[in-house]
Amino acid sequence: MKAIKFLLTGIFFGIVLTKSEAVSWYRIVEMFRFESFHMYGIIGSAVITGVILLQLSKRFGIQTTEGNPIALPEKAKLYKKALLGGSIFGLGWALAGACPGPMFILFGAGYYSISIVILAALLGTFVYGLVAHKLP
Amino acid sequence: MDYILSPWPWFVSGPLIATVMFLLVSFGKTFGMSSNLRTLCSLGGAGKISSFFDFDWREHQWNLWVVVGSILGGYIAVQFLSSTDSVGINPNTLSVLAEYGFEAPQNNLVPAELFSLEALQNPYNLALLISAGFMIGFGTRYAGGCTSGHAITGLSNLQLPSLVAVIGFFIGGLLMTHLFFPFIF
Repeated sequence: MKAIKFLLTGIFFGIVLTKSEAVSWYRIVEMFRFESFHMYGIIGSAVITGVILLQLSKRFGIQTTEGNPIALPEKAKLYKKALLGGSIFGLGWALAGACPGPMFILFGAGYYSISIVILAALLGTFVYGLVAHKLP
Repeated sequence: MDYILSPWPWFVSGPLIATVMFLLVSFGKTFGMSSNLRTLCSLGGAGKISSFFDFDWREHQWNLWVVVGSILGGYIAVQFLSSTDSVGINPNTLSVLAEYGFEAPQNNLVPAELFSLEALQNPYNLALLISAGFMIGFGTRYAGGCTSGHAITGLSNLQLPSLVAVIGFFIGGLLMTHLFFPFIF
């Protein structure tokens, strides 16, 4: 029954991203054209809330449900990979109007053709796994 | 009830997304949707071909439940929690999109011109969706995360590599929207 809390968290996530229209292709175009504050407001307020929650939980020693202190793994300091990979992802994000969360949410929302994007993303991940050791 | 049925404002949605991140962290996990693509490759047996996928996918099973949940969440939001309001996109964006041949969204979240079953029969559109998906899958793994892992979690945890990745997301997104869209559409 451990799965249920993750299932419920996922349901909540799917509802929030749909209701906020963050899964909308049009919202992503609008964001990259700097013609609306909406997406910046979502990401910005999420990050500010996230910083506060993580700082408070560190300060007050809040524990995970497993009884460990709250601690997130440090992101690897691979700046070249972050910039190159990030740019490649950004090209795809703007074209499909969806990132890896929303592509699944859109499927649930009834836009079944997004499964083409999901399958191609799996292929992209697979090819990355094959060539990773050759990349800068 | 109207508040729930109408689109939710950014200042409600953003903190709720942070709550999702914090819930997963408090369960002893992290918020990272693109990791599921790697797990699904491993589940499909890609570990036999590349050591990158050679791990026990069952340890990441929890994240696949998040995916199943998010699919259900999308269904619930559209079926039970939505009115027929049209997506309120800036008219300037819509007029530029109209020049590219995209009609107004009505109450759709994605354009029929790219995602309808009719559009998929056009090999050009199909190739666009496949290349977009490929770049998403390849790029997120190369960068070590996507919007959830880098932009939300990484920035919330004040990680410099995540800031670099998010700058990358915008380099790619701005190039696509401003430089490539006029050629593609």
